[in-house]
Amino acid sequence: MKPVLLWSDALIFLLVVVLVIFFYRLRRDPQTRERWGDVFSSRLGMVTFTVIMTYVGIALADSVHFRKALENPEGLQTEEVFYDNKVTSLLDVMLRGMGERFERTYSAPFALNSFEKENMKDANGNAVRDFPPLMHAGQHLTDPSGQFGDIVSKSLQALLWGLLISALLLAPQWLLLRHSQYPWHASWVVQVGVICFFTWLVMISEYYHVLGTDQGGADVAYQSIKGVRTGVLLGTLSTLIMLPIAVTLGVSAGYFKGWVDDVVQYLYTTLSSIPGILLIAASVLLFQVYIDLNPDFFSIGMEKADARFIALCFILGVTSWSSLCRLIRAETLKISQLGYVQAAHAFGVSHVRILSRHILPNVVHIILITFVLDFSSLILAEAVLSYIGVGIDPSMGSWGNMINGARSELSREPVIWWTLSGALFFMFVLVLAANLFSDLVRDAFDPRTASRRSEA
Amino acid sequence: MLAYIIRRLIYAIPILVGVNLLTFTLFFVVNSPDDMAASQLGDKYVTPEAIQAWKVKNGYDKPLFINSESEGLQSVTDTIFFNKSLRLFAFDFGRSESGRDITTDVSTRMWPSLAVALPSFVIGIWVNICVALMVVMFHATRLDRWAVFLFVSLMSISYLFYIIGGQYLVAKTWKLVPVSGFHSEGDVWRFLILPVLVGVIAGIGSGARWYRTLFLEEANQDYVRTARAKGASEMKILFGHILPNAMIPILTGVVVLIPSLFMGSLLIESFFGIPGLGSYMLDAIKSQDFAIVRSMVFIGSILYIFGLILTDISYTWADPRVRLN
Repeated sequence: MKPVLLWSDALIFLLVVVLVIFFYRLRRDPQTRERWGDVFSSRLGMVTFTVIMTYVGIALADSVHFRKALENPEGLQTEEVFYDNKVTSLLDVMLRGMGERFERTYSAPFALNSFEKENMKDANGNAVRDFPPLMHAGQHLTDPSGQFGDIVSKSLQALLWGLLISALLLAPQWLLLRHSQYPWHASWVVQVGVICFFTWLVMISEYYHVLGTDQGGADVAYQSIKGVRTGVLLGTLSTLIMLPIAVTLGVSAGYFKGWVDDVVQYLYTTLSSIPGILLIAASVLLFQVYIDLNPDFFSIGMEKADARFIALCFILGVTSWSSLCRLIRAETLKISQLGYVQAAHAFGVSHVRILSRHILPNVVHIILITFVLDFSSLILAEAVLSYIGVGIDPSMGSWGNMINGARSELSREPVIWWTLSGALFFMFVLVLAANLFSDLVRDAFDPRTASRRSEA
Repeated sequence: MLAYIIRRLIYAIPILVGVNLLTFTLFFVVNSPDDMAASQLGDKYVTPEAIQAWKVKNGYDKPLFINSESEGLQSVTDTIFFNKSLRLFAFDFGRSESGRDITTDVSTRMWPSLAVALPSFVIGIWVNICVALMVVMFHATRLDRWAVFLFVSLMSISYLFYIIGGQYLVAKTWKLVPVSGFHSEGDVWRFLILPVLVGVIAGIGSGARWYRTLFLEEANQDYVRTARAKGASEMKILFGHILPNAMIPILTGVVVLIPSLFMGSLLIESFFGIPGLGSYMLDAIKSQDFAIVRSMVFIGSILYIFGLILTDISYTWADPRVRLN
């Protein structure tokens, strides 16, 4: 085994470290703790947070990449170890080869036969045209009519395993948190559901294609799960690239005023007056040309796709800072008129100290709300960009690419609905959880809604 | 008022120059004139002579920003930037890389775009405000909470799903309207109904939620409490007090979009085969026709700035206290 560290892997783990430190520091501030307490004291907050964390967990497991060592071919005695050209992730191992069972082309969920007729030979050697049996579905069945009973018994078996694993994982949580003031039981219900679902999916996928296969014969359920990493990373990395630009420019425009303010205002008016999608498309094409001109830059295909992905995050970040910048500028303008900032000036406190002690902490709520809000809209935007052809590299699994590839399938007869549904379902759950969670965060942190609530 | 508008128009010039400079740099880093020639000529015919001939024919044989061979003013005017980008200010869009006249294309394709975008916009606002008002009437009840949950769910569905689902259900299964296409004469409405419907439904989630927040913000003001204390009916409060006062935030978000309606919607137009500016842009992106993209960016920016000015003017109409100066 040889570990592979893609740029996006490094960035995402760095991000996790930074976020953990950030939240650890925030914990010390009693006011922030109280607000987070508001978010988590509702059952909805707990449920959505657990769902988001599940997605983040899948994304992280999918970010631990390595190349498997190949066994030496027969008769070749050498000390040198050869590595597989394909990059595997920890998630692939956890899914137990779900992505390696390819069929020839489309097949419906739980189907035993292919979706399209092919020329083949029957037992007597005569040429017939029929639906060929799948290579990786229902191999263990002796009689196809027993399929339903088989699925039920396998599902029950998987469910038992799922409950067992849940019990093992939840017992320590229960011991630690059973007297907590927060509604942890809501989170536990979701955890049991998630664990049972995935145990079931992994176990039953060894015998059937739960969501069928797509045109290239790849398992749709597997692809939908692989799309998680792309979605989560795109949502977080782009926002994180956008934040420093927006915060620096917004705070300095609002605080220093004068020509700084003029320049920043000019910059964001210019940028926001360009139709966003055209700007993004142009920038992505620019990077694509750069990659095409420097093919030696990347040793394996995955690194190329990864570079394009990071470029896309970067472009989305750089083109979308204007609205947050405007908000922060307005808030800073307001805050810098307040008494305590004026007093700090009078005492001769330095600009850097005023900005970091008095201004920044008071705009954190805007940053936080934007971070959570933008996350979901970026995931939705990815699908649209992939449709236009300026999104994720087609070799990298993403929901946008799945939808794009499945666009014409609904007009076929009979309808192929599973690719679209798989991608849309996994995307919908994440975006819904993120949107609901962001509502709670906004209610807790936005001073306007917070004051309204305390009056009521 | 007139002085204000003129001043705003003058402010717009540096912004438009900035937009041009940005797109110009972006596109000429992407594609040097040589690359452009190569891709337009096709792989077979790429020879240094052919590229040079194409560059001369299309006016790309000049330096980018400064022409050191020319004298005086000519050194600035005899460049690609001046000829290709600054010409846009005179609304002289020139020809696309495939030789079509962009001005004619834009002026014919504008109308189908508007035919879809305008009804979607007007009906969308009307539906959203009605839904939001209904929800506000049931504020702080269980119905309100479920409605918000519904809005957030609708928001969380990909736009592509609305389009694909709409086409599948209305056009393919029920066979009520054609799946896609467009006629300029006769029964145009048959092609317009579905795109407009999809546009409206896809917008309900975020739209109605936004209006609900605006209305609730107004509902917490003192004048509403006073009106209630005087014994005004809930209907009177909602339509006579809250709605007019919520006009300012509504206008801020809505008026700025009106001029951009001419640009159409990229996704709707390409899925429904409507020959508008949205699909024009999409085709230009896909074929890397930068002359078109450059012109569309310029038009888009002008419309956006126009929208900002329009927003300011609409304030004076909605709120007598606002004076422009």
